Amino acid sequence: MTATALRTAPRRARRSRPNRNGDRWGSPVTYFIALVFIAACLGPILYIVLGGFRSNSQISVSPAGLPNPWLFDNYLGVLTSTTFWQEIGNSLIVGVATTAAVVFLGLMVSYVLARYEFKGRGAMYSLFAAGLMFPLTVAITPLYILVKDLGLTNNLLGVILPQIGFALPTTVIILVPFIKAIPVELEEAAALDGASRLGFFFRMVMPLSIPGVVTTGILAFIGSWNNYLLPLFLLNDQSTFTLPLGVQAFSSQYSVDTAKVLAFTSLSMIPALVFFALFQKRIVGGLTGAVKG
Amino acid sequence: MSSTGVTALSDQQPPVGTHKAGDDARASSPAGRRPRRKADWRKRFEITILSGPAIIMFVAFVIFPVVLAAYYGFFRWKGYGAPTDFVGFGNYLIIFADKAFHDALMHNGIIVVLSLILQGPVAIVLALLLNQKIRGRTIIRVLIFVPYVISEVIVGTGWSLMLQTSGAVNDLLQSIGLGALRADWLSDPNIAIWSLMVIISWKYIGFAVILFLAGMQSIPDELFEAAAIDGASYWQIQRRITLPLLGPTVRIWAFLSIIGSLQLFDLVYIIWGQYVAATAGTSTMATYMVANGRTSGNYGFGNAVAVVMFVISLVIALIYQRFVLRRDMAGAITERKK
Repeated sequence: MTATALRTAPRRARRSRPNRNGDRWGSPVTYFIALVFIAACLGPILYIVLGGFRSNSQISVSPAGLPNPWLFDNYLGVLTSTTFWQEIGNSLIVGVATTAAVVFLGLMVSYVLARYEFKGRGAMYSLFAAGLMFPLTVAITPLYILVKDLGLTNNLLGVILPQIGFALPTTVIILVPFIKAIPVELEEAAALDGASRLGFFFRMVMPLSIPGVVTTGILAFIGSWNNYLLPLFLLNDQSTFTLPLGVQAFSSQYSVDTAKVLAFTSLSMIPALVFFALFQKRIVGGLTGAVKG
Repeated sequence: MSSTGVTALSDQQPPVGTHKAGDDARASSPAGRRPRRKADWRKRFEITILSGPAIIMFVAFVIFPVVLAAYYGFFRWKGYGAPTDFVGFGNYLIIFADKAFHDALMHNGIIVVLSLILQGPVAIVLALLLNQKIRGRTIIRVLIFVPYVISEVIVGTGWSLMLQTSGAVNDLLQSIGLGALRADWLSDPNIAIWSLMVIISWKYIGFAVILFLAGMQSIPDELFEAAAIDGASYWQIQRRITLPLLGPTVRIWAFLSIIGSLQLFDLVYIIWGQYVAATAGTSTMATYMVANGRTSGNYGFGNAVAVVMFVISLVIALIYQRFVLRRDMAGAITERKK
């Protein structure tokens, strides 16, 4: 059946919908619409990046103009400031710690939810699923008080711990089906070879669920990297600021120096963009179902 | 089969509605009623070890604070020491009588509706367009997803500079001969909410497109092949196959969009600051909460606002799941999965 479909379909459908694997050129209309849309997406970003290469007088004379001449002082100024690098460092620490903990804890609990039969499993799954309904915005005020009571304000740990909690629901909901898809035969074979279930978890489940782990890890990292509300409440000391807080502090501190604000903003965009470029296949692919279990 | 978050979500949504939040935090120690006597303690031990840490973190930093919010909401409390000034539903009465809160709630409502109307159709059309195996589709997909990856703070900073009265947008309008359209994009109360909608759409539409593409790609190729064999045209195929089968994805997207709109905080707070938002007509429940709670030191009151926000979101979410998402559970997506 498939053979006939493959043979006949392309002939009939050639003009409408290519269904071979090889990509071909689409119609110019498609590309035109895509280009317009991409221009709209990237326009504001280009404005920020290019603005950093201009001077304040250039910006005030012609707000939408191009750099003329190109100036590098703003970028150099930001790149040589310790605040910028410190904020990058803080964001990295928070992001990496959150991601590592979320993935590790999430994997363990997902394994239990996917592979153990016990009373209360449904309730446990619902507990995490319900977590999707508990947005950070609602919990922020008591969280602030809780973290203050723990003595962790102005401490990166005070941001990391709640972030782990809030990233767990998504992680669990993505990982459980993933682990369920690992063939039971593997586990039986491992059991025959004398591996305990814990041993199976560490030796088989962890390596086999790498694709799912990467997807959830990326989501957790980007969430952490961009998080604004939690640091806003918990970090008051400039030396503990993460990048989003830094951008805001910088733009209110230098509100008259637009060019410098734009340079700072565009530089703080780079880490997220690089990260995205490195893992775009996983991020876009993870959402587009390329990561099939 | 598929392990994307989206399909997993739609697959396993039912528990959210049927169980109350925080149903059973001690689920890690199940009643051992299994016949396997010897392995039983071992199994329980493993379950506890593996799920304990995650449950503790989750309960301590997610469930517990939300419960605390409900408790603090009954007090007039400045955040120092234990709350003692019990005011019952006093805070809630103030909230419901406050015009500023009504405004914020209405803005949230407008944002919910406009987000769906503005982003949905455009994103579906774009996804249809990009759901072809054409050259360059990967790079196109990546580029339209870029705004979604950039943090709200950067988006807010950039756009607020562009939309200033003496900013790039007005300058651009002037230079292409549309100077009459120049406006106070951020401060004019008649316009500000539309500016906000443009920014929101710009930031989040890429996510909708990628999500819809995901939904389209989970439709089996055989359906398209069969339709093509039967002589269906491209548009007939999209209308009769793609769009109906995309239903579950659209409904999940709408759900995420509604919840996100109700909780909107970052963009408004960054662009308009905590006080201007109210006069510009862009305040949301969340900015109201921060301005009247933490910023003014009224922690009890802030918590009451949080509870109101949570209840509103929860009720809307439950209604939505009951009446809209329910169809998907017995419907196309689950059947297709098996």
